[in-house]
Amino acid sequence: MTAQRVVVVGAGLGGLRSAEGLRAKGFEGEIIVIGNEPWAPYNRPPLSKEALTSEIQHEKLAFRIRGNASDVVWRLGESVESADLDSRTVTLSDGTSLSYDGLVAATGVSARRLPISGPPALASGGRHVIRNLDDAIALRAALVPGAHIVVLGAGFIGCEVAATARLLGCTVHCVAIDPHPMVRPLGYELAIELQHRHEAQGVVFHLGTGVTAFEGMGQVTGVLLSDGTHLRADFVLEALGSHCNVGWLEDQRLDLTDGVLTDNALRPMRDGTAVDGVVVVGDIARFPNPRFDEGAFRVEHWNVPTDTGRRASAVLSAYLAGESYDELAQTQWSMLPSFWSDQYDIRMQSYGMTNLADPDRIHLLEGDLHGECVIGYHRGEDLVAVVGLGMLKVVNSYRDQVGSTSFLASQTTA
Amino acid sequence: MTFKVIVDMNLCQDHGQCVFAAPEVFELDDAGKLVVLLTEPDDSMRSSVEDAADVCPVQAISIQD
Repeated sequence: MTAQRVVVVGAGLGGLRSAEGLRAKGFEGEIIVIGNEPWAPYNRPPLSKEALTSEIQHEKLAFRIRGNASDVVWRLGESVESADLDSRTVTLSDGTSLSYDGLVAATGVSARRLPISGPPALASGGRHVIRNLDDAIALRAALVPGAHIVVLGAGFIGCEVAATARLLGCTVHCVAIDPHPMVRPLGYELAIELQHRHEAQGVVFHLGTGVTAFEGMGQVTGVLLSDGTHLRADFVLEALGSHCNVGWLEDQRLDLTDGVLTDNALRPMRDGTAVDGVVVVGDIARFPNPRFDEGAFRVEHWNVPTDTGRRASAVLSAYLAGESYDELAQTQWSMLPSFWSDQYDIRMQSYGMTNLADPDRIHLLEGDLHGECVIGYHRGEDLVAVVGLGMLKVVNSYRDQVGSTSFLASQTTA
Repeated sequence: MTFKVIVDMNLCQDHGQCVFAAPEVFELDDAGKLVVLLTEPDDSMRSSVEDAADVCPVQAISIQD
């Protein structure tokens, strides 16, 4: 029997954990990981925080690769253009093809750009994004004391960079269509409190307003807002969310409306049936999670690539070995999304899915909203998420209580 | 057989995710600071300590044989 081959498309955390997971489950065939960045897998959260305040080096951010995965073939700086899930091949941008026995889709997301006219959407034109190491290197060089930065978008990334830019002595304006920073994930009370903390640090918000135009020819010099305000800008950061890198999976009859819809075994769904031999990992996976027993969700939190990578590699290795595959795939798997965010001296830690909460069921659980606190997010009687500002041990103590009531009951009786 | 758990305390930011993965080895004290309970755990804990190293947001945990 010739050796089997797994092709992992995407060399981020999800691709790495999948490759390691395949080896941990005893897969002995060839593993080829293809990544379009020139870098081996590295940790992205510091890119909007400490990596901007100190010299950025890949070696400081690189993940250690487990010894069992030392024979994985890394094809970095290459990208996959398309896949054919029937003939089981992927085609690279240089036109060559690779056949596979197993495929891991772990291509992640890209930063969204504002579709308005102005200087080209490049860091060299003063239009920054922050997703990759190269983005952070370019932004770091621009963040000099006294520089005027306009942050477009007031989500976590935008707010983290705003905080970092203030610490570095920049003048920071933050523009968002939302009424408060981070209000969509966090709800009004916490968002208003965090807005006040940012304002106390000198961030100037322009909320409930959009951007009409970038000013400048080859280089951004200003931003015109829809309320008529003109802001001076030495550069802008477009922190407007992301889009999924799933173009290479088009025309395969998959549901790509928001990432890739999968079953609970992380296999992509095609015409109501899971595709064997393929698994989807990380930010692009839209999977049902019985912990919250409702629909399928895509979650861009740091623990998702690791948790989905483990599940996906277990399913794929069972498929390739022809052992306990159906049994494993049908055993319900669940996971708890978690994220953290550092802004100034505020450590925010969350477990669960805040976006599932009823807007009027978000309450202070512990502490003082103006100091350290834990906020609970409820959907009916279910605690679907907790968020702590500080109080890490307390917020951690709620971790096992997050999820639907029926799921938690099934865990205690199991 | 045992192995060594090394935490780079210059990197550690007390996220405490390792505590969930390997509660026999890691703990947050009352002040919320990380304490390594076992620096040379038994091999039976290797898998959970590897998990702890994986889930550390700042990748401060390493394992040495």
